[in-house]
Amino acid sequence: MKQRYLKNVVTLELDPGKCIGCGMCLEVCPHQVFRLESGKAQMDNRDGCMECGACARNCPTEAVSVRAGVGCAAAIIFGKLRGTAPCCGESGAGSGTGCG
Amino acid sequence: MEDSNKIQAAPCCGTDNSKNKGTCTCTLSNMDTVKSAFPIIGSINTPAGIVPQIATRLTFQDILDTWKARWDINRMDYRILPGLYAVGLPDSKSPVLVSANYKMSFDRLRQELGGLNLWILVLDTKGINVWCAAGKGTFGTNELVNRIALSRLAEVVAHRRLILPQLGAPGVAAHEVLRLSGFKVVYGPVRAADIVKYLNNGLKADTGMREVRFGFKDRLVLTPVELTGALKPALIVLGLLLIINIIFHGSLAVFQVLSRTLTDFLPFLGTAIVGAFLVPALLPYIPGRALAWKGWLLGLLWIGAYLWFLIPSRNWMHASAYLLILPPLASYLAMNFTGATTYTSLSGVLTEMKVAIPAQIISVGLGVLLLIAKWTVLGP
Repeated sequence: MKQRYLKNVVTLELDPGKCIGCGMCLEVCPHQVFRLESGKAQMDNRDGCMECGACARNCPTEAVSVRAGVGCAAAIIFGKLRGTAPCCGESGAGSGTGCG
Repeated sequence: MEDSNKIQAAPCCGTDNSKNKGTCTCTLSNMDTVKSAFPIIGSINTPAGIVPQIATRLTFQDILDTWKARWDINRMDYRILPGLYAVGLPDSKSPVLVSANYKMSFDRLRQELGGLNLWILVLDTKGINVWCAAGKGTFGTNELVNRIALSRLAEVVAHRRLILPQLGAPGVAAHEVLRLSGFKVVYGPVRAADIVKYLNNGLKADTGMREVRFGFKDRLVLTPVELTGALKPALIVLGLLLIINIIFHGSLAVFQVLSRTLTDFLPFLGTAIVGAFLVPALLPYIPGRALAWKGWLLGLLWIGAYLWFLIPSRNWMHASAYLLILPPLASYLAMNFTGATTYTSLSGVLTEMKVAIPAQIISVGLGVLLLIAKWTVLGP
């Protein structure tokens, strides 16, 4: 059974003008968000995006952008408490959940 | 003893890069780490020095280590030394796989490689698995390019291709690695179990290999960490309940005080099991999308059932207090499972937290006030 998360929340954007159709985003996406259509990438399943950032990192022309980060409540709370970015707690503190 | 001699000649010792150039001698503590981490069964001579050869069969100790990590025992200190390793009898034409130095990731990979001849380049991800390390950037372009240089990989193999786990892609820019090191990165399958098929396929991953799954078993193995995470707050609650019972029923026999405490603890224990175990296990079958919601809903059902079936003399203040306090606790625990899922985005989690956290705090606060009011009027 395929899990679905909240609709219309992700920050994933694709600039078709910059896309050269290399297909790298299709290769790295773990949720098959992209599809190649007449030599250009298209977003097929934008709500399936988990903002891991693999596509943007591996896009040679910076056609894909996303605010990448860990979708982990414990990490966000831990980060807020320490005043840092979301962090799974390398020291072991606050590591009860997340990043298994 | 023979093993440690071979390890001593291994090209890579620890995480201090300055010591890794050329040959080096490992300190005793490093050797201990290696020995306890996984069995080295031999060594391979290469133009870049001696490379340790590793076993592809897991020992009982390896399986025990995995089990311990699943229960959060030494989970954050479960690493192997970074560097180049050999599987079978690889040569200059053998493929190179790249992995993290989280031992569970490494074990998962090597147990699939029986009968193959290849190299594994282990990056220093500070003992974190590939996906989380890629998210942090430790499984990243810089570490990969550095590790290629430190292990003198270009002298060991004649080709210029690296096979990375697909889940390493958030941290590695393939085009940058090519520019900086001359090695071409190709992304292999998500799961180590598919690696042999991928190699036999001529390095082609089918759609199934590219997709992250999150089935019942995948979720279930993650619940022990959630349960141990809930243990500490649960023990604090147990302690508080004991203190309250001593204050109000101190005149009773010790046995009676303890039995009352445990009875009071039951709804909390159930809530912890609902939030940390039942919600992850039943995740796709619980209606709604936000995890905080799913936890609240199941928590409400549990407390409803508890009050209905197990508390014969229902007092409305008592019942309302429980309905206000406990479902938000289940909601909070379930919300924390977002870190273990493979499909929740940062934006999505922030969106649900914006509503869930204030709601949880207000609900618990009101419940506690109601409980105090009830104690003041009627006693516990």
